[in-house]
Amino acid sequence: MEWRSLATKGYLSPEEVRRLPALPTWERICQGPVAVIECVQDIPCDPCTTTCKFSAITIGDDITDLPKLDASKCTGCGSCVFGCPGLAIFIVDGSPEGQLGKVSFPHEYLPLPTAGQLVQVVNRAGEVICEGNVEKVLSTKASDKTPVIQVWVPKDLLMEARGIKRL
Amino acid sequence: MREAEVIIIGAGPAGLGAAVEAAKYGCGSVVVFDENRSCGGQLIKQLHKFFGSAEHQAGVRGFVLGQKLEEEALSLGVRIMTNSVVWGVFRENKLGVFTSDGKVQQWGFKKLIIATGAMENALAFSGWTLPGVMGAGACQTMMNMHRVLPGKRVLMVGSGNVGLIVTYQLLQAGAEQVTVIEAAPSIGGYGVHAAKIARAGVPILCSHTITEAIGPNGYVEKAVIQKLDEQWQPIPGTETELDVDMICLSVGLSPLVELARLAQCRMAYLPTLGGYVPIHDQNMRTSEPDVYVAGDLAGVEEASTALDEGRLAGVAVAEALGHPSADAAEAEKGAIRLRLRNLRSGSYGDKRQAGKENLMGRMSE
Ligand SMILES: Cc1cc2nc3c(=O)[nH]c(=O)nc-3n(C[C@H](O)[C@H](O)[C@H](O)COP(=O)(O)OP(=O)(O)OC[C@H]3O[C@@H](n4cnc5c(N)ncnc54)[C@H](O)[C@@H]3O)c2cc1C
Ligand code: SF4
Ligand code: SF4
Repeated sequence: MEWRSLATKGYLSPEEVRRLPALPTWERICQGPVAVIECVQDIPCDPCTTTCKFSAITIGDDITDLPKLDASKCTGCGSCVFGCPGLAIFIVDGSPEGQLGKVSFPHEYLPLPTAGQLVQVVNRAGEVICEGNVEKVLSTKASDKTPVIQVWVPKDLLMEARGIKRL
Repeated sequence: MREAEVIIIGAGPAGLGAAVEAAKYGCGSVVVFDENRSCGGQLIKQLHKFFGSAEHQAGVRGFVLGQKLEEEALSLGVRIMTNSVVWGVFRENKLGVFTSDGKVQQWGFKKLIIATGAMENALAFSGWTLPGVMGAGACQTMMNMHRVLPGKRVLMVGSGNVGLIVTYQLLQAGAEQVTVIEAAPSIGGYGVHAAKIARAGVPILCSHTITEAIGPNGYVEKAVIQKLDEQWQPIPGTETELDVDMICLSVGLSPLVELARLAQCRMAYLPTLGGYVPIHDQNMRTSEPDVYVAGDLAGVEEASTALDEGRLAGVAVAEALGHPSADAAEAEKGAIRLRLRNLRSGSYGDKRQAGKENLMGRMSE
């Protein structure tokens, strides 16, 4: 399968995002937090499978096979977000009441934002798409210097918001 | 003359992996020489979490992996001599070393493992000798080891994994803007590395080359880039000037084979492995029976493959010296070869696998 935008510009186009293998359904996203794995090339890598304590991600015997998510097993716990060396896993949550949902992503830049701070949210191409409030910043021993940031964004941007502008 | 049963040149993942296995399987004296102040080779500069699988400590940051290997080697009694350059390999299994105290020493060995890694390629264009034009490796060393940010507005030439990762590290170190150009029509490195920098606002321009570095004041102030057509020819009228204070080159690596040549190892030219590489067999043994090779010098790949090739050479050397039983050595080597085969599968690994098979095939010629 071709991932032209990823191969020539460095990011997945909206059409390519819709083609992601094992992309959780919108219904699932609205039930609660779930992982979105944006890793589509046959690279020799598999730590996502071992960091997930719920065995929700599998790769199979061949290390270059693509990771597959079983959305029914995924609790949205977020361990895979910092466990993935490619920083290619995100957590989206469309379950809160109202118009806003939450998206979590790895952010290895200093200074870090703090909870409650208003930040500029960017898409995969690095373009600012909205402002968002930071819900929390997770940085623990387990996350090993890969802080995970959770931000509120409009629900229709949950599948677009993938980072914030560096502070 | 000083003597060691096994001498290893280079303390990167390949050299340290070899040292650990050789010592584990019973070699009495294992000595590693490295020209740098500390061991780890390329790993010292690598702050990002590594790919691979659990056996390769995937998810662990590169420099931590280097430290772990060093500790393991030392605990097994390996002697690591840093600040020591090996400058010659001579007949009758002898080496010349220039040591940290400025002395020249001669060392004898029964088996030698060369794991000297690779060297960056350069690219010539008008203005390429201006201060501010540097290799990605130098940039990485300045940032991650010496904590100096060499440029704030950067043009990165080359989109292989090294270019993409060093771009990411430039952003982490505080660079304001980085632009990546790539002469090929598509990005060379992994999509996940490209995606990381794309969402940080880095444009990646394929089918583009650099034509000039401009610096009227004696250092880089501008870079001229130009679009390439399908035949890789610059398209007139597409020149663009970028305001930059640094131009970083990451246009590939070439195996560091000088010592292997001095050791009389037979070479083959294989572009998929980075250029001239010593031919070797399934045990990493070269055409010289007492000389083994491992890591980037035996074909530019990755730390995970370098580590496993090193381990393979370490076990094979111990076996050749009569330490482990043949059965134990075969079992261990089989497991390592299986991992290597796995790492070289998929569209990114196929060519390297073919290159390696080609090299091994030539041993029997
Ligand atoms: C920016 C960057 C990012 C990378 N990211 C990854 C990654 O995510 N995952 C991955 O698997 N791989 C990665 N790699 C590749 C990996 O670092 C190399 O493939 C690996 O380090 C090769 O190991 P080696 O032991 O063969 O060589 P090296 O690590 O280069 O070690 C060779 C050592 O030998 C020393 N030496 C050379 N000549 C002499 C001499 N004459 N006397 C004494 N000492 C000598 C050198 O100074 C060096 O210390 C990356 C590489 C770079 C540059
Ligand atoms: S979010 Fe948690 S449960 Fe879901 S895949 Fe990641 S690690 Fe597993
Ligand atoms: S850990 Fe990340 S980069 Fe590696 S296979 Fe899993 S999702 Fe892909």
